[in-house]
Amino acid sequence: MTTVRRLMVGAAAPALAFVVAAAVTSVVLVAAGDSPADFWRVLLSAPDPRDYVAIANATAVLYLSGLAAAIGFRMNLFNIGVEGQYRVATFAGAVFAGQALLPGALNTAATILVAMAAGAAWAGIAALLRVLRGVSEVISTIMLNAIAVSLVAFLLQKVGRRQGETFRTDTIPESSWVPSFPLVPGESSQVYGLALLAVVAGVGFAVLLNRTRFGFDLRATGHSESAAVASGVNVRRMVVYTLLLSGAVAGLIGMPELFGGSHAYGSTIQTGIGFTGIAVALLGRNHPWGIAVAALIFGYLNQQASPLGVTADISTEIIAVTQGVVVLSVVIAYEVVRRYRVRAEQAEVARQLRRERGAQAVSP
Amino acid sequence: MSRGARLWLYALAGLVALSVVRTVTGADDLTSAGTMRAAIIAAIPIALAGLGGLWSERAGVVNIGLEGMMILGALGAGYYTYYQGPWVGLLGAMMFGAIGGVLHALATVVFTVDHIVSGVAVNIIAAGVAGFLAEVFFADLEGGGPTQSPSLERPMSITVPGISDWSADLSAQRWFLVSDLAGLINALTAGLSIFTVLALLALAGTGWLLWHSAFGLRLRSCGESPSSAETLGVNVYRYKFLAVTMSGVFAGFAGCYLAVVASSGYANGQTGGRGYIGLAAMIFGNWRPGGLLTGSLLFGFTEGARLRQGGESVHALLLLIGVALLALAAWQLYRARRAVALLAATVGAGALWWYLATEAVPDSFTEMTPYVATLLVLALFSQRLRMPAADGQPYRRGEAG
Repeated sequence: MTTVRRLMVGAAAPALAFVVAAAVTSVVLVAAGDSPADFWRVLLSAPDPRDYVAIANATAVLYLSGLAAAIGFRMNLFNIGVEGQYRVATFAGAVFAGQALLPGALNTAATILVAMAAGAAWAGIAALLRVLRGVSEVISTIMLNAIAVSLVAFLLQKVGRRQGETFRTDTIPESSWVPSFPLVPGESSQVYGLALLAVVAGVGFAVLLNRTRFGFDLRATGHSESAAVASGVNVRRMVVYTLLLSGAVAGLIGMPELFGGSHAYGSTIQTGIGFTGIAVALLGRNHPWGIAVAALIFGYLNQQASPLGVTADISTEIIAVTQGVVVLSVVIAYEVVRRYRVRAEQAEVARQLRRERGAQAVSP
Repeated sequence: MSRGARLWLYALAGLVALSVVRTVTGADDLTSAGTMRAAIIAAIPIALAGLGGLWSERAGVVNIGLEGMMILGALGAGYYTYYQGPWVGLLGAMMFGAIGGVLHALATVVFTVDHIVSGVAVNIIAAGVAGFLAEVFFADLEGGGPTQSPSLERPMSITVPGISDWSADLSAQRWFLVSDLAGLINALTAGLSIFTVLALLALAGTGWLLWHSAFGLRLRSCGESPSSAETLGVNVYRYKFLAVTMSGVFAGFAGCYLAVVASSGYANGQTGGRGYIGLAAMIFGNWRPGGLLTGSLLFGFTEGARLRQGGESVHALLLLIGVALLALAAWQLYRARRAVALLAATVGAGALWWYLATEAVPDSFTEMTPYVATLLVLALFSQRLRMPAADGQPYRRGEAG
């Protein structure tokens, strides 16, 4: 195949997936008696400057979440527990930062480490169960998600302060806040300073995966466990390290909001980011750039969908249908494209063989 | 000893253990008829989800999407029961669940997408569809709202005259073992939902179909060695597709049960991870119907105990768990499995300490009981299990080596 054709085939899969998702969404809307035209008008209208900021913030958070899931996926480990790890880590970070044991920026840096450690520890339970007892990480991380919700709720009542009906952790001292920066000139809302963590984590992920022994072992184990074992990889150790790393990155998800917006852990914590991160990772093919594009798309969809209920009288839940269908159709589309490629290459080889044989037949 | 006899023996041992704990701790609601009834109502949806998992995984397709199919089933039950009563509601739920099953089958069987990836996607789609359609279906109905249906007509329930009154009296006496057994009998003879009976029949029917018919043998051969099945002329695609669709049907039933028997209507987020717990129950049950029912009853019981006098009953269970784990630790130490022994001893000692140091377990903790139980059970029992040999592996016709 020529390079151009290869690229076109590669781009065909996501394009196909979006067409399918758009079609399914429209069909669902028609079936429910809503107007697809209104839906697409709202969704595709130009975002306001304020929306750009919200999309940027959402993208950073979704990127971190997608990255956390992708680290495991690259090794065929399904860390469905990003949601729980994020919750435990953000709570632990908020409690630590609220104590103000360290001054200023030192407190911020230490809190990020505490959150990463807490996320890693929560994921570590699943890792230990997997390597010591052979419990599938899929089930254990899902259970740990549910346990995290109750555990954090319980601890919040113990250490938090009552505020009306709900509880909150102590507010982080102002000296440790991370200033936001403007994205659109003249717009009052700003992008969280720690949104840049997403860039750092993305670069780190790319370097780790492509430039280190660990990354090579990780990818090798993901492709073929038996081959990895044969080349001397300790798979059990890799499972533990990978899940710990995945949990540590999950610990970063809550940091931009914690230091840039809420400054405490309370009932306003955003839920569901961990699950959306799984979808983002799948859409982005677990690739650092791919996840970035996927996070941007999901961030955009979430933000653009929010006025649906008011302006078009359509439930914003419809966007979850779109996102889910995108994910399923993209994995199917990649499989279809892969089969097409294999067939095309086989045909190419066959053609070349025929040509060589023809040339031999002519020569004496 | 036959498998059946052993199962009965385990059940009896469990009841005796509970009876001892009840007597020692004085947590009388632990085995009351009310708790037993709550346990059965909690166990059936888990067993039905597990049954769905059994169909799918016996044909070699891992089904994480059960949760989503349950959500679809609950929604279908909500819609059809409201307009046409529980029986049509059940059919509607099964149909909605089957749609999720077909989706999963399409992705995994036809397109050989990774089973977990497809399952996760099914769950995301189902949650979205349910959230969206719930608003469309129920927002304008009287008593309904954007996230829940109006209260629904319940399917009929069975009460056996005589035995039900007599067992209720006996259960209230608090005699050792006798009253506990009477509590169980009362739960099974008074106000037993017809859907519970139907679910148990489905379980028994599946057991017969998969293990005692040519159809079942072929279906299971697709999960053990699809290429061998292919050489024997079995249409592996067709069997897998059918099995995963059936998986959706039973998950839909599970959702229906949640919506019309376990509660009084559909609500968003109602499934609460029961699809996953069902899968765990099936793994615990070693991919067999009897085992998965045992697992479901175990999870159902922890849920039932928590719903009634949760703080006190779960507190009493801590004693049981602590002692059982310490015994297990000793046994594993004797068998020279130190890692497991250490794990069991640590958790066991923790549970005992917690039992002795407190009077009741706080509500936040009782909420997590079913999930912790799932983890503990999987951690302690998952070593002697054997899953279908080709479970989770992609299959394409004509690619056998």
